[in-house]
Amino acid sequence: MSAIAPAHTSPESATGSGAPRRPPRRRGRAGWWLPYLLLLPAVVFELLVHIFPMVTGIWISFIKLTQQYLRNWSEAPFLGFGNYRVVVDVNGVVGKGLLNSFLITCAFTLLVVAISWVAGMAAAVALQRRFPGRGIFRTLFLIPYAIPIYAGIIAWKFMLQKDTGALNHLLFDTLHLPGEKPFWLIGGNAFWSLVIVAIWRLWPFAFLMLMAGLQSVPEDLYEASAVDGAKPFRQWRSITLPMLRPVNVVLVLVMFLWTFNDFNTPFVLFGKTAQPPAGDLISFHIYNASFLTFNFGYGSAMSVLLLIFLLIVTIAYLLFVNRRSKRA
Amino acid sequence: MEAKTKVIAAAMSVAAVSVVLSGCSGGGGSSASNGTAAITYWASNQGSSLDNDKQVLTPILKKFTDETGIKVNLEVIGWNDLQTRIQTAITSGQGPDVVNIGNTWGAAFQSTGAFVEFNDKNASAIGGLDRFVKTALDAGGAPGKTPTSVPLYGLAYGLYYNKALFDKAGLQPPTTWEELVTDAKQLTTGKQWGITLAAGSYTENIHFAFLTSAQNGGEFYDSSGKPTYDTPENVAGIKRYLDLMQTDKVANPADAQYDNAAQSAADLASGKAAMFLSQNNADTTLKADGMKPGDWGVVPLPAPSDAKAQISTFPAGINMSIFNYTKNLPEALKFVKYMTSTDVQSELAVPYSVLPVLSGAEAKFTTDADEAKVFMDAYQNRSKPLPQVASEGDFESTIGKGINNLFAQIATGKTVTDADISAMLDTAQQQVEAAG
Repeated sequence: MSAIAPAHTSPESATGSGAPRRPPRRRGRAGWWLPYLLLLPAVVFELLVHIFPMVTGIWISFIKLTQQYLRNWSEAPFLGFGNYRVVVDVNGVVGKGLLNSFLITCAFTLLVVAISWVAGMAAAVALQRRFPGRGIFRTLFLIPYAIPIYAGIIAWKFMLQKDTGALNHLLFDTLHLPGEKPFWLIGGNAFWSLVIVAIWRLWPFAFLMLMAGLQSVPEDLYEASAVDGAKPFRQWRSITLPMLRPVNVVLVLVMFLWTFNDFNTPFVLFGKTAQPPAGDLISFHIYNASFLTFNFGYGSAMSVLLLIFLLIVTIAYLLFVNRRSKRA
Repeated sequence: MEAKTKVIAAAMSVAAVSVVLSGCSGGGGSSASNGTAAITYWASNQGSSLDNDKQVLTPILKKFTDETGIKVNLEVIGWNDLQTRIQTAITSGQGPDVVNIGNTWGAAFQSTGAFVEFNDKNASAIGGLDRFVKTALDAGGAPGKTPTSVPLYGLAYGLYYNKALFDKAGLQPPTTWEELVTDAKQLTTGKQWGITLAAGSYTENIHFAFLTSAQNGGEFYDSSGKPTYDTPENVAGIKRYLDLMQTDKVANPADAQYDNAAQSAADLASGKAAMFLSQNNADTTLKADGMKPGDWGVVPLPAPSDAKAQISTFPAGINMSIFNYTKNLPEALKFVKYMTSTDVQSELAVPYSVLPVLSGAEAKFTTDADEAKVFMDAYQNRSKPLPQVASEGDFESTIGKGINNLFAQIATGKTVTDADISAMLDTAQQQVEAAG
């Protein structure tokens, strides 16, 4: 950026004088295009990869893009806020479905982020001190994060089958729990299956980030506090937590965004078309609205609303934590 | 500042131009490097696997190339992806010249205008439309409109039964719905179930809901094409189908997780279930599961003794269409003519276990004369087409998924009443109307 500084400053500094104005301006102009040229590929790709699809998506949310108009988008009638009116009308079927999916997603996100964070923190703290075999535990804990998503979730899908799954086999054939083997992938249990699989996938990330954060906490602090008589919980509350604050601020936000947008888990766990109502996460709901009934207008309107919601939550969260850190 | 604005404007315009250019290179088809025409063909998965399809089709396509000099680039696409791939081709104008479609999608795709119409000129180029069985031709598009697809393979539903299990129980295959239930109850013994259902597959569910409702005299659309889902006949038809698991308890609740008919076929083959509702191409799957022809029998899907209509199938099948954007229309028409010729039809009937779609042709998919007769009779005399409306896809997915959920409720111990079915149909109808 420093290369373009003269272009800003030199014309202003030369204002008002006659002949001497020219030479500095020429110097300022020479090579003025180079930074822009260097930026150009990044700008083009940013436009192509992010901005253009986003603008297209927003545009689609204002038109009636059904199967009939797929061949020629320009013929699709402009609806203004018509699609939005339908998807937010909670008395209608479409709006009610979206609201229901939104509430399920909120509960899902809250549970998954909270439990993953607690598990990640517990494991990171447990492995903070050196002891024999620490490396093995670290590796073991990170395995779910290292396994390809599809492979991991498909393994869960097998384990959660009613008659042939490992979970029911363990609970009912080995541990001899009373009662009948329940379904895990249909009915109400589908929600809990989804939560468990998502936590299994997410908690190693929390563990990894918090473990990295803990490396920067000086050992002296713990020793000094121990001398003052602080017990482990007090040390965690008064040293670990405050020192990890910068990590936690970002970690919680990222985990929230990932979990709220989770598409892979329900898609792989339940299959493309057999998703149970209890596992109707919002990304999957939008996918179904778009691709199963081929109404891309509704799908896009829902996506835009989701984007706005996530933006509001993110901005509010960042304002909240920044204000708190200023006060602190 | 002015210079900066100009530069940004220039950068934006460069980006915009590149975006536009990248989106402009539409148009389907391809040409072989030596100057002769080449066409691209998307085939649906008819064999036991995508590879199996390639093995079956490659020699047939080679023969076409030898005869005409037109090269055919083949891609076989699984059923889970086919509809989305076709939609993408329609949207982008990029894709194959010729494509296989499920004939129930015919009317919906027809309404998009993406396929070449078989008007007089194009119809005569493929040898005329009167070569085809009328039921098959009519099933692939809206009534009264110029067809945009022609039949390629015919399929029909029937009730498969495991002969060994029936013999052991001393039973005859059922001819009415009441007999089906009685037989199934007798065949349900501990680990063995009377019937197996792909109760987690929305396509199978909507097909049987349609057939049982049709037997009860139900209609899902009125004559003007408006949805009329929530009628007493439709509710009763769907209830009868659900009751196989709920009241009659002759289907395994675990079937609610079967999202593919192949899982049910495996249960029939292994003796875990005695009956199985399927299209005639199940022959291929049953053989792959270790059954030999003769181990299974087929009867028409039975109707209740007081049925309003003796419907046992809809004319299912696969059709062929040509994309409008093709640059190789004459070649594509030649290819369609070739694939629907008597020779190729009889050659493909056996590996794909399909019914003939040409008038006067005989069923060659099975050596079992009784089975051939049951399916041919069902296809020609006991069939009723699925609704031929532009929203047919929505009809299938909304009600089909609704029934998936009702089966899931039954399987997890809840009771599904007429009111629940009625509410499900009402919701489905509102969804379809909203999607309109």
